[in-house]
Amino acid sequence: MADVNRGNRPLSPHLSIYRTQITMITSITHRITGVGMTLGAVLIVWWFLAASTGPEYFAVADAVLTSWFGALVLIGSLWALSYHFCNGIRHLFWDVEQGLEMETARKTGYAVFAGSIVLTILTLIVI
Amino acid sequence: MSYLTDKKRVTGLGSAKDGTGHFISQRVTAIALVPLAILFVLPFGYNLGAGYDRVVEAYSHPVNAIVAIMFIFTIFTHLRLGLQVVIEDYVHGHGARSALLIANTLFCWMFGLTGVFAIAKIAL
Repeated sequence: MADVNRGNRPLSPHLSIYRTQITMITSITHRITGVGMTLGAVLIVWWFLAASTGPEYFAVADAVLTSWFGALVLIGSLWALSYHFCNGIRHLFWDVEQGLEMETARKTGYAVFAGSIVLTILTLIVI
Repeated sequence: MSYLTDKKRVTGLGSAKDGTGHFISQRVTAIALVPLAILFVLPFGYNLGAGYDRVVEAYSHPVNAIVAIMFIFTIFTHLRLGLQVVIEDYVHGHGARSALLIANTLFCWMFGLTGVFAIAKIAL
């Protein structure tokens, strides 16, 4: 019975036929920032492991994290975290059925990008 | 076959195998990470590059150590669930998908627990 319509079900349209919208961009950016932060997380764990091992090894890890490469990854991760943080809160509001109207979702989409940049700069000033 | 109900025949055959447990864990870790992210990033950023003695002193304090342990444990749980969904969405071959899902689980537990161990060792 469950197979009555097998092979003849309606197919969801492919992504490429849609005009680009802010809500699409916020969605894929949420994934990219999430996956991208893996590198930052690994570097931070290594830094803690080095600090727990001793001063010589810590000097190596600390030098890597404060080098231009480390700064690039960590400041990138800070922006990614800020973005994922803001958009994650947007998702949590959606989970309780708040802000799902199209106009609101568009506005909060732009707000998330603006908020992520503000949070990044603010954090860099504070630390 | 004809003795099985439709629901019984399809249960567990979806692409993800299960749903609500994963969904709820992803949300609970997300909620926990809202305060934890702020409480972790500020002392971490403050102590990065401040030298070995300052870092060890900072993370010897129970508040910093406990926050850092909870943060590392929670992000790697959240990361494991998130990467799992990304792999399930984009990797289609059965062998490659299974291999990556296993690698993801091992990777996240390994780095998450290494972080917990390291911070506990500094603190104790």
